[in-house]
Amino acid sequence: MTAVVGDTALSSPPLPERTVPRGQRRRLRVGRGVVLILAVLYFFGPLAAAFWFSIDEGNGLTWHAYTNFAQAPGFGSAASLSLELAALTVVLSLLLMVPTLLLVHLRFPRVRTAVELLSLLPLVVPPIVLVVGVSTVIGWGNAGSSGSFRSQLFNQLLNSSPPPILPLEYVILVLPFVFRSLDAGLRTSNTATLVEAARNLGASWPTTVWRVVLPTLRTSLLNGSFLAFALVLGEFTMARLLQYQPFAVWLLQFGNTDGQLSVALSLLSLLLTWALLLVMTAIAGRGPRKAVV
Amino acid sequence: MAQDVPLLAGPQEVRSREQRPARTGRTVGRRLRWSWLGLLPFFAYTALFFLLPTGVVLWTAVRAGNSFTGANLAATVHGAYLTGLEHSVEVSLIDAVIAAVLGLLLAQAVLTSRHGFVHRLVASASAVLANFGGLPLAFLFVAAIGNAGVLTRALSSHLGIDLSGSFDLYSVGGVELVYLYFLVPLMVLVITPALEGLRPQWQEAALNLGATRGQYWRMVATPVLLPNVLGATALLFCSSFSAYATAQALTNGTLSLTSLQIGNALSGNVLTSSQNVAAALALDMIILVVPLTVLYLAMQRRTSRWLAQ
Repeated sequence: MTAVVGDTALSSPPLPERTVPRGQRRRLRVGRGVVLILAVLYFFGPLAAAFWFSIDEGNGLTWHAYTNFAQAPGFGSAASLSLELAALTVVLSLLLMVPTLLLVHLRFPRVRTAVELLSLLPLVVPPIVLVVGVSTVIGWGNAGSSGSFRSQLFNQLLNSSPPPILPLEYVILVLPFVFRSLDAGLRTSNTATLVEAARNLGASWPTTVWRVVLPTLRTSLLNGSFLAFALVLGEFTMARLLQYQPFAVWLLQFGNTDGQLSVALSLLSLLLTWALLLVMTAIAGRGPRKAVV
Repeated sequence: MAQDVPLLAGPQEVRSREQRPARTGRTVGRRLRWSWLGLLPFFAYTALFFLLPTGVVLWTAVRAGNSFTGANLAATVHGAYLTGLEHSVEVSLIDAVIAAVLGLLLAQAVLTSRHGFVHRLVASASAVLANFGGLPLAFLFVAAIGNAGVLTRALSSHLGIDLSGSFDLYSVGGVELVYLYFLVPLMVLVITPALEGLRPQWQEAALNLGATRGQYWRMVATPVLLPNVLGATALLFCSSFSAYATAQALTNGTLSLTSLQIGNALSGNVLTSSQNVAAALALDMIILVVPLTVLYLAMQRRTSRWLAQ
């Protein structure tokens, strides 16, 4: 699935009232109301049905799915693996992208196009294609004699806990989002001028980055981190085909055992993501508007 | 660029700096020579973890044993794999068109409503469903209209309608229905900026000059929006074509869709040639998806430039 997050949709104010004759305006308002009501039914109908499914016991209600999911076999290890992978991916992608984009914006503006192109390419090549290549490369790595440097390296990459190969590839999957939010932040916050001012006032580079650049980019950093975190928590394709079992893969397997519990967890994961996104929009809304991705 | 001179410095400042040799001369030269090294990690990383695997797909797709061959690709346009491609194209095409129309209507309704909270609600719900849906969506629909789903049972016990007789969630039609659930929100997300680019003044001008609303939409708004709508539809097609998680969860990989066949070839029966088949199918996907995504990205750049004015 190609993932995209709207730019202005999250922050734009309603358009000013258009000049339309009164009768027409009422008709428009009715049409708009119908569309919005249908949309609400369409968005929340399946959610409501799924919620009912998760608590309905035939002749009564049960909340076992919501009270007992933490004890489900395998849930703990799958959830903690997902959290570890998400945290690693966020840290790794910021470590890679913040210095790169700072350099691009402050010193090498002409390289920006190349960096942008490479960062957006993962949107073009779907994960299901990328994972074919990754598993082929893994196959080559395993073909070597055991004990050689190559096979030890691949063994480390694949069999450590958590397996480094997943966060390393997840960084690629989240690259477009991290790039977009950081790039938008850098472009709109006038970082170049601020850095110039700080340097002229005698601040060292580390001080400038820590006390000027990072605080200015706070919203973009938060934004990019959230997107990366949420995408990794829900990632299924690559983990399943490389035969690891983080949350999403576990959820599908466990669904055969307890349908109600897996429906409840699906609902919880969607609602949690939604709540996080709303909180983030609220935080971002207090800062400069334009920095929101 | 002559660096260490800050980006925004005008010519005068450059000159004034040159009068301070202690600061410029050696330091600047050294900074300029070494700072490009800071870009290396990024390029090395993307080369190793993205360009290499993608290149390997292209390479594996045209190899058999130790020689080049077109046989892998030929195999993917025959028999079961051809059926898979046809199904995938059918699902993606139908869904892209339906989702584009519905998403456009919804985005316009949301934009023109005066309630800020409607905006935020729909925008955030869209972002969640379009990006993080995947697997959970399959479960939601199984719970709602699957064989033992809430709606299925309610319909059969209260109205005597047997849903499973007329509609099968675990078929191509079912996948089409479920995909709409993330494609419509995706359309809302990608088309909203373009709709926002339509200035209210244009409509006012058209109406003041005596045009009807129909004429405004036909002769002003449609030509302006058309490239964006086409670009967004292309993106929806790609998104649906390359989706894996939802269909895998719904059908356990038994449905013939290209993305599921790639997954099966990778994880399943360990034939020596299965890696080549997976790569060839992946190459088919690249051939279909890449030009369309590039079209979308080009249209998106156009919109963002135009909104920035």
